[in-house]
Amino acid sequence: MADAYIFDAVRTPRGKGKKDGSLHEITALSLATQVLENLRDRNNLDTSKVDDVVLGCVAPVGEQGSDIARTAVLTADYAETTAGVQINRFCASGLEAVNMAAAKVMSGEADLAIGGGVESMSRVPMGSDGGAWPTDPSSAFKTYFVPQGISADLIATLYGFSRDDVDAYSVESQKRAAKAWAEKRFDKSVIKVKDQLGLTILDHDEHMRPDTSMQSLASLNPSFQGIGDMAFDAVVTQRYPQVERVNHVHHAGNSSGIVDGAAGVLIGTKEMGDALGLKARARIKGMASIGSEPSIMLTGPSFVTEKLLKKLGMNVADIDLYELNEAFAAVVLRMMQALDIPHEKMNVNGGAIAMGHPLGATGAMILGTVLDELERTDKETALVTLCVGAGMGTATVIERV
Amino acid sequence: MENFKIEVDGDGVALVTFDVPGRTMNTLTASVIKEIGEVVERIKTDDAIKGAVITSGKASGFCAGADLGELGGNGGLGGGDLQAAFDAGFALNKAFRALETCGKPVAAAINGLALGGGLEITLACHYRVVGDNPKTQLGLPESKVGLLPGAGGTQRLPRLMGVMQAAPYLLEGKSMRPQEALAFKVVHEVVAPGSEVEAAKTWVKTKGDPVAPWDKKDFKLPGGGPYTPGGSQVFVMGNAMLRKQSYGNYPAQLNIMKAVYEGLQVPIDAALRIETRYFLKTMMSPQAKGMIRTLFLSLQELGKGSGRPAGVPQYDVKKVAVLGAGMMGAGVAYVQAMAGIETVLIDQSQEAADKGKGYAEGLVKKAVSRGKMTQEKGEAVLALIHPTADYALVKGADLVIEAVFENREVKAEVTKKAEAQLADTAVFGSNTSTLPITGLAEASARPANFIGIHFFSPVDKMGLVEIIMGGKTSQETLAKSIDYVLKIRKTPIVVNDSRGFYTSRCFGTFVQEGLEMLAEGVAPTIIDNVGRATGMPRGPLEMNDDVALDLSYKIAQQTKKDLGDKYEDRPFTPIIEKMVADLGRFGRKNGKGFYDYPESGPKTLWKGLADIAPVKTAEADKALIEEIRTRLLYRQAVEAARCFEEGVVVDPREADVGAILGWGFAPWTGGPISLIDGVGAAKFVETCDQLAQKYGARFAPPQLLRDMAAKGETFYGRFAGAKKAA
Repeated sequence: MADAYIFDAVRTPRGKGKKDGSLHEITALSLATQVLENLRDRNNLDTSKVDDVVLGCVAPVGEQGSDIARTAVLTADYAETTAGVQINRFCASGLEAVNMAAAKVMSGEADLAIGGGVESMSRVPMGSDGGAWPTDPSSAFKTYFVPQGISADLIATLYGFSRDDVDAYSVESQKRAAKAWAEKRFDKSVIKVKDQLGLTILDHDEHMRPDTSMQSLASLNPSFQGIGDMAFDAVVTQRYPQVERVNHVHHAGNSSGIVDGAAGVLIGTKEMGDALGLKARARIKGMASIGSEPSIMLTGPSFVTEKLLKKLGMNVADIDLYELNEAFAAVVLRMMQALDIPHEKMNVNGGAIAMGHPLGATGAMILGTVLDELERTDKETALVTLCVGAGMGTATVIERV
Repeated sequence: MENFKIEVDGDGVALVTFDVPGRTMNTLTASVIKEIGEVVERIKTDDAIKGAVITSGKASGFCAGADLGELGGNGGLGGGDLQAAFDAGFALNKAFRALETCGKPVAAAINGLALGGGLEITLACHYRVVGDNPKTQLGLPESKVGLLPGAGGTQRLPRLMGVMQAAPYLLEGKSMRPQEALAFKVVHEVVAPGSEVEAAKTWVKTKGDPVAPWDKKDFKLPGGGPYTPGGSQVFVMGNAMLRKQSYGNYPAQLNIMKAVYEGLQVPIDAALRIETRYFLKTMMSPQAKGMIRTLFLSLQELGKGSGRPAGVPQYDVKKVAVLGAGMMGAGVAYVQAMAGIETVLIDQSQEAADKGKGYAEGLVKKAVSRGKMTQEKGEAVLALIHPTADYALVKGADLVIEAVFENREVKAEVTKKAEAQLADTAVFGSNTSTLPITGLAEASARPANFIGIHFFSPVDKMGLVEIIMGGKTSQETLAKSIDYVLKIRKTPIVVNDSRGFYTSRCFGTFVQEGLEMLAEGVAPTIIDNVGRATGMPRGPLEMNDDVALDLSYKIAQQTKKDLGDKYEDRPFTPIIEKMVADLGRFGRKNGKGFYDYPESGPKTLWKGLADIAPVKTAEADKALIEEIRTRLLYRQAVEAARCFEEGVVVDPREADVGAILGWGFAPWTGGPISLIDGVGAAKFVETCDQLAQKYGARFAPPQLLRDMAAKGETFYGRFAGAKKAA
């Protein structure tokens, strides 16, 4: 089997996912197109060598529908022969797209492929795609469906994370992100998003609140208390009867931000890289996905990490840097607790609590972020993972070459 | 046709009068369903008929729906052949749909209640007129007995009023009054009672539109379907609410949700097929069989006094003396007065007796202030209750209800005092929940007239009365007691004497099993959460708090005294002893039990409990949840089976109705006996043997169950038409 190498990774900055966000007036297709254009232009890519473009997108309806990956291939003026496929593994879609692109390379199906993702949450709101899972009583009832915020609060309740714990984690995330931006640590990957005229409309993550403090977070009310009281707390306590009362600790300040953005990772064989003059930055050492209990939903990262490390014959300590999407503070606290990962190795440049989580793109974004960080600090190995809706986890291990 | 009469008037409007012969109320019997097809065929093919109006020939109302007696005995529609079952189950939908698409306008003139299939036939009409009688109920009560409205109700009602609005009517069996139905657009017109037919005919003649809204091209579902912005939340939230309320125990409710969800996404013809499939799935569930039998058929039979010995003349109780004006006595006085029975309410002091009457005064006041009772009626009710400390007033009573403290000496004393005043024919009923009647009857000079009449608290709300035969109680006394219970509009069950009789004895096992788990180290939160999820009204520990821990403690002490060497201390005994005797934690009544009861806010588990009952099992996976659930339910069921073996109960209907009405046994089962029958004796015995091996002899099935398992018998089969107690 061939090895899959990463040649380049780019991402857009993340715009606030609201009507007043800078990227709200930029289409999802344009975001994806600009990512593909940048990958092509920075690498002088002969796009006829790109076999396939895999893009994650979680709400693939409206302008994000009808295979936005192939559509973006065409609008970015890639060779007609480059195929495109849109995939959905909820919040891990961007990483899954990278894994699929890598798998295509490893299996010999492709010599060069792009994995990435796009989500304009301001233009195609979360949940726009509907779906049977929460709606059809056949699945909702059987899986003890609750919204993710309830699951995150359940994790905090079961594993003993207080409101102070999750808030403190979030303050630190904001601090780390602010420092990373100040030190230009994201410069290698972040592209400028251009408007219809070609003027730069956004060049930085605009969701961040670097002045966040324990005091400012303390003023926020828990977001999921209301729907919890209405019905969903009763649902999780039927599944987890050891819970007397769900401790609702999550709110907008310690959960991932709603943002717009896109990302892409260029992956190929060593031979193709050599032929095109591309320098391999890292090798994809392994990847895995796993299913976990769907009601608590967000505990998959530790399970998929264990699965992948075992497959690779590695230990938790063998990984230099961990990148776990900050869907909710308790998700990260739980993984650090479960696998005994020090905070110094986890999300060292902040995460989605500060910078936002454009659902379909995040996995590819944080893969690029951690690759940049490995290079900056001259470290070897990183593991990227995300918690996933309906109880899943997806992970990838990369090592520098 | 015997059920329908068709008269065509000069304008070509056929008046179809629904009038099932020999019954006071129209129901959808097999013969009715067959004839509906003929009615439709006639409307459709008779050129003289331009349109039709369907009404009822009964003064009692339009139609009460399916004949649950027929349906209940018809659990295996199609005899196991699913296609045949579908064809049979679809017959009514097919007939109603044929009516809806007959090509001529059909209006329903609803002159009184229309429930279940009775409402569904009107929903298949193109126009509905209802008489403006605020007492008229329109609704789909199927879900209350574990069924699914299977004649279009799950499809047409949400198409008329929207899913969110229809949900309580479909899932909870709520009914609506004519004005509400008009506001919801479920009916088109509300008219003066008696003019329904006229108004319906006017519509047929002047506007008559023979196409249902959902058969029109521009039809829009009110509120939107599951994949519209508004509609999706209704389902997402609705699914969660359903689990919150049903704990997943009720297949009917879940199947209704599924039928609505799937049915609303397709045209009505496909929707009706989907409905029928879910209707049959529901019908075939043991839950539906058990619930129909217990909550409808048996309840009705017992409510008519099916257990009453024949040949004893009707005994009209006009005056009753209630001894003891505490909570029970006060409640009994109230329900008696409400039934027009003159009541002497006796306690040790006039003050105590007055306080007892105060309970009735409070209830009456509340009813009057809410407009549920007139001032005059309220005064008349209260005038029937005479509080006193004077036993001389017992004279002339047809019956005595003794409701004093649960203490043999006290009970013996008041028995003697009351009997001194009583006529020879009068009945003496002791409202004890635990003390054996035969023993109490020793204080009586007339043990043949002495009987147990066990009320449940709060008396005004609880519908069951457990009648206990003492060793010497006569059949005549039993008959008189049943007459009394029916007069105060309660449901009687008759049991034989035993410690705790039937209901208290079985209920006690639920609480005890929870305590066993606590002593084993299962986290109390798990015990109560799973306890509630069994379908019992509360978890065992919180239930024990409500009943009062010191009471449990006292009963245990008394039992220990009575049984001597035979009494076996349980591992939980020291926990209760510590809580009651050392820590003064008596339960909810003093705000301290397994839970703390803060002035404001919900109760919280008492933090100190972990010190006297250390937690060893802090998490519960699905398998453990299932085992705890099984233990809590089977423990009660195996006790009920023992009651059969010992002859404490003899009629499965009484055992099941008594369990659900008396101590709130999980209604979805249809009662503990239906639970065993539904599982099958062999499987039940096997599970009990496993539990006995793991947890102790309390789960060991009695020989009766082993015999039944060997012969493949059910309780309802083996004890059908059981002879009455004693």
